[in-house]
Amino acid sequence: MPIALFWFLAAVSLISAFGVVLQRNPLHCLLALIVTLLAIAVLFIGEDATVVGFLQAIVYAGAIMVLFLFVIWLLNLRAEMGPTGHLGLKLFGTIAVAAMFAELMAFLLPPHLQIKFAGHAAGYGSIDSLSQTLFSEYLVAFEVTSVLLLVAVIGAVALARRSTASEIQEHAADNARKERSAAQ
Amino acid sequence: MMVPLPYLMALSGAIFAIGVLGFLTRRNILVMFMSVELMLNAVNLAFIALGSRLGTMDGQVIVFFVMTVAAAEAAVGLAIIISIFRGRETVHADDLTLLRW
Repeated sequence: MPIALFWFLAAVSLISAFGVVLQRNPLHCLLALIVTLLAIAVLFIGEDATVVGFLQAIVYAGAIMVLFLFVIWLLNLRAEMGPTGHLGLKLFGTIAVAAMFAELMAFLLPPHLQIKFAGHAAGYGSIDSLSQTLFSEYLVAFEVTSVLLLVAVIGAVALARRSTASEIQEHAADNARKERSAAQ
Repeated sequence: MMVPLPYLMALSGAIFAIGVLGFLTRRNILVMFMSVELMLNAVNLAFIALGSRLGTMDGQVIVFFVMTVAAAEAAVGLAIIISIFRGRETVHADDLTLLRW
């Protein structure tokens, strides 16, 4: 990847990441987040992680963000008016983040993490080499992930579904019984 | 030509810090959730960059798993937000005091 392209993508991802944090309308936050994810996807591809980069664009910036979009529309959220939250919390949060950022830079920048780059083997990052690793070394984790997804989908449906009419009646009858026993 | 590793790590750290900033300063649960996604992606970028420099596929496979778990987490988290909103008509974190004593 040419270094100029890196600077461009870095600028886009940082500006849109700030957009996620600073905008008042949740919908605008989400759109900024999608731009960040796409910029990061291109960075992935530049690092020879082609398959994961495309997956990032399709699954993350596509599917997961559409889920967010549906929820924002479903809840009919408006932009926040006026100052929100505690000023003290924001001040403390900003100072804490600045300290954490300084610490991260101290750990991530040279002289730490000096790796001698030896060049990639042929086919590095291709769907072939990715699936070779995924279905040999990480096979158990892969299978466990499928169970995790199943559980998550069932849990999401169970959490988000509306109670049926009979359940609401049962609930009301329960409450009435409790009130009667409390009154006696 | 490869981008120098420190640049990528610095970008990753910066995006992570912005995600933490959003999580600490915003009170809208949905936006806090988006900040968490930002942090996840910053770490993914570090995984990809380091894996690429080490010449192993492990970094990419771990990013693959992080994406799967993020999808599961988004589904469950958004379902919880919907069910909270149905009962309380709010997505403001300060209004949710059920677990506070």
